[in-house]
Amino acid sequence: MSGTPTPGSGEHQLPREHYLNATYGIRSWLLTTDHKRIALLYLASVTFFFFIGGIFATLIRIHLLTPDGLLVTPETYNKLFTMHGVAMIFFFLIPSIPAVLGNFLIPIMIGAKDLAFPKINLLSWYIYLVGGCFVLYSFATGGLDTGWTFYTPLSSIYSNSAVTPAVIGIFINGFSSILTGLNFLVTVHTMRAPGMTWFRLPLFVWAHYATSLIMVLGTPVIAITLLLAGLERMFHFGFFNPAYGGDPILFQHLFWFYSHPAVYIMILPAMGVISEIIPTFVRKPIFGYSFIAASSIGIAVIGFIVWAHHMFLTGEATYAAIAFSFLSYLVAIPSAVKVFNWTSTLYKGSVSYDTPMLYALGFIGLFTIGGLTGLFLACLGLDIHLHDTYFVIAHFHYIMVGGAVMGYVGGLHFWWPKITGRLYPEFLARAAAIILFIGFNLTFFPQFILGGLGMPRRYHNYPPEFQVLNVMSTAGASILALGYLLPMLYLTWSMRYGKIAGPNPWPATGLEWKTDSPPLTENFHETPVVDWEPYDFVHRPDLGLKGAKAPGKLAPAHGDD
Amino acid sequence: MHRTGELFGQFKTLDQQKETATLGMWIFLVTEILFFGGLFLTYSINRHEFPTAFGVGGNMLSLPLGFANTIVLIASSFTMAMSVWSAQTSNKKLVPLFLILTLALGTVFLGVKVVEYKQKFDHHLIPGHSFDITYCSRNPEACQLEGKDLADEVKEIKEGIEAEGSVVALNAHAQLYFSLYFGMTGLHALHMIVGAGLLLYLILEARKGRFDANYNTPVENIGLYWHFVDIVWIFLFPLLYLINRHLA
Repeated sequence: MSGTPTPGSGEHQLPREHYLNATYGIRSWLLTTDHKRIALLYLASVTFFFFIGGIFATLIRIHLLTPDGLLVTPETYNKLFTMHGVAMIFFFLIPSIPAVLGNFLIPIMIGAKDLAFPKINLLSWYIYLVGGCFVLYSFATGGLDTGWTFYTPLSSIYSNSAVTPAVIGIFINGFSSILTGLNFLVTVHTMRAPGMTWFRLPLFVWAHYATSLIMVLGTPVIAITLLLAGLERMFHFGFFNPAYGGDPILFQHLFWFYSHPAVYIMILPAMGVISEIIPTFVRKPIFGYSFIAASSIGIAVIGFIVWAHHMFLTGEATYAAIAFSFLSYLVAIPSAVKVFNWTSTLYKGSVSYDTPMLYALGFIGLFTIGGLTGLFLACLGLDIHLHDTYFVIAHFHYIMVGGAVMGYVGGLHFWWPKITGRLYPEFLARAAAIILFIGFNLTFFPQFILGGLGMPRRYHNYPPEFQVLNVMSTAGASILALGYLLPMLYLTWSMRYGKIAGPNPWPATGLEWKTDSPPLTENFHETPVVDWEPYDFVHRPDLGLKGAKAPGKLAPAHGDD
Repeated sequence: MHRTGELFGQFKTLDQQKETATLGMWIFLVTEILFFGGLFLTYSINRHEFPTAFGVGGNMLSLPLGFANTIVLIASSFTMAMSVWSAQTSNKKLVPLFLILTLALGTVFLGVKVVEYKQKFDHHLIPGHSFDITYCSRNPEACQLEGKDLADEVKEIKEGIEAEGSVVALNAHAQLYFSLYFGMTGLHALHMIVGAGLLLYLILEARKGRFDANYNTPVENIGLYWHFVDIVWIFLFPLLYLINRHLA
């Protein structure tokens, strides 16, 4: 580390002008087309929905402290887990990393001044807000009790809760996701700086490219599906209604055609974050760059052909089930490629355990558990036992909370100096990372056991012998809540009082670290030219690391084709 | 909106700007294909499940009106293509002319659609409690059915009831057909209305002479959208109107 200024030692100063102080006033935020400001607007709104979803989760865990249920009526319990799922999945997890970190970073990482369509970017945030308002309206006026999956005919005919506004809200919100994905795809294709070839793109960008493909190809299908379910509820159209010969199973097929790939919308960006953090704190080029890049695309592609593994118990044809089981196993291959490459990157690296690295290491472990338990569920015979039990709950929380949320929080820490220009308090941050890790495992590991023992999901009560594990889970959830509150507090604190970070506090190799922290509105003082390979610490004397060599052997920068 | 050929801040060159806009439009059209795709899938599965009821439903549509609309839309695609060509060849006077023609044809299409919807409403073919597939065969004067048409209709319904097992089943499954008919043509019409709005914007701009060989991205991209909506209809027309149609 000699040669670099110690982070926050007072040698750095905030740049005189940056995107945060370029203009002032509420209008300058609400009408901004700056991708960095829109990212912050998203940061505020997804945090809000995370709170809403978190409150429901808290109530669920408190309710399950006793076998008969402590807190609410069975009907209310149905609403709690439904609203928890809807708020968390559609309004937190799906937009979280792409719309906050992706929005902020993709243009900077590829050396562009902004996304391809800045106004559409702002529009997508407003669409998100409108969709969010509909869903909040549904929550406030009777709630929602269909499960986040909106299965027909419960959602289209029988449910007495406020399904219609919720469906409209999610339908609208889908277009926000589509526009974000479209914007990213076009941006990566046409806005790269000179020398930023496809295989010099940061893996974060590759991951978002794959994510955007899913957003663009999958989201329209859920949109039309919910539209049809909504029409059925409102106007008695009979698409999924057996009374008219419609097929409720068709709804499930269409729903999962999006909602299974949507899992990869949540996890792929987190994988991108991890691929950025690990080389930085190991001081080594990432192992198997092109394999990690290709595996993102592989996950996106295979992710589209596995959906019916959610429906093994609907009476689908045996051979179809076998095919979907096999295809589901295939997803393990690109996922494992990533895990093995990250682990290989650690080998003989100079590992430093800064906060983002703690999240990255936690991610690898938790994602591996979540991924491997997914194989249990893809296994036809085992799924009959595990289907709709807490095993499923534990599995997908390991992916979504242990994976996606850990990646999101880790990424927020990693790029916080870039976003705000200031460092977070390292000690508190490490403590929070460890608290989160412990709390998370205590919450969800017992649920694997509960599921194995046969406790079904979505039940408001359970047999007394399951109480110990449920109490453990609730205790873990309390620790988890503390782990989330801490970063919210100290990150907010650090926006004003944190130490000045300087342009590249870690140091890391990406283009985003070559500009000011926080960056200018135009991102760079002049268009950058990329003449180094990704994650190369050796030929980068500008990073100030010991043993750096001149970038002599590298190919000269060439224009973009 | 923006002035002729203005370069937005995030781009380096006009070429890059144009490429970006066009790629964006193509990706948007891909999302549209998947959006309609859900409906086409629902249609195909149900058509396969209930061929007779869907045939009965399809034969209740007005073939002359559907055919006329198909011609109108194809013509509008032609005029749209001509307006793009006029812009690309800097024929500044022709651009608004062809755009206005396109808008007029689009409006004719929507007008015919309104007539068709009204007819379905009068014939009790709107999904819901008053849906009755046998209405016209039982009330021929209300549907202005007579002679051979009436005999055909009665025969069709009779055969439908036999194939489906009961009048209730036929009614339910034919209602499913009309749910899909209104869902698909309604969504298509909605896209036409959006397209008409976009054309209006183009016409206003084109009359100011904004589009020429150097700058015609909006005409080209809205043209792409318009052609896409036409192509959707090219699939809708045979699926909804023509299958099971008996040649007289």
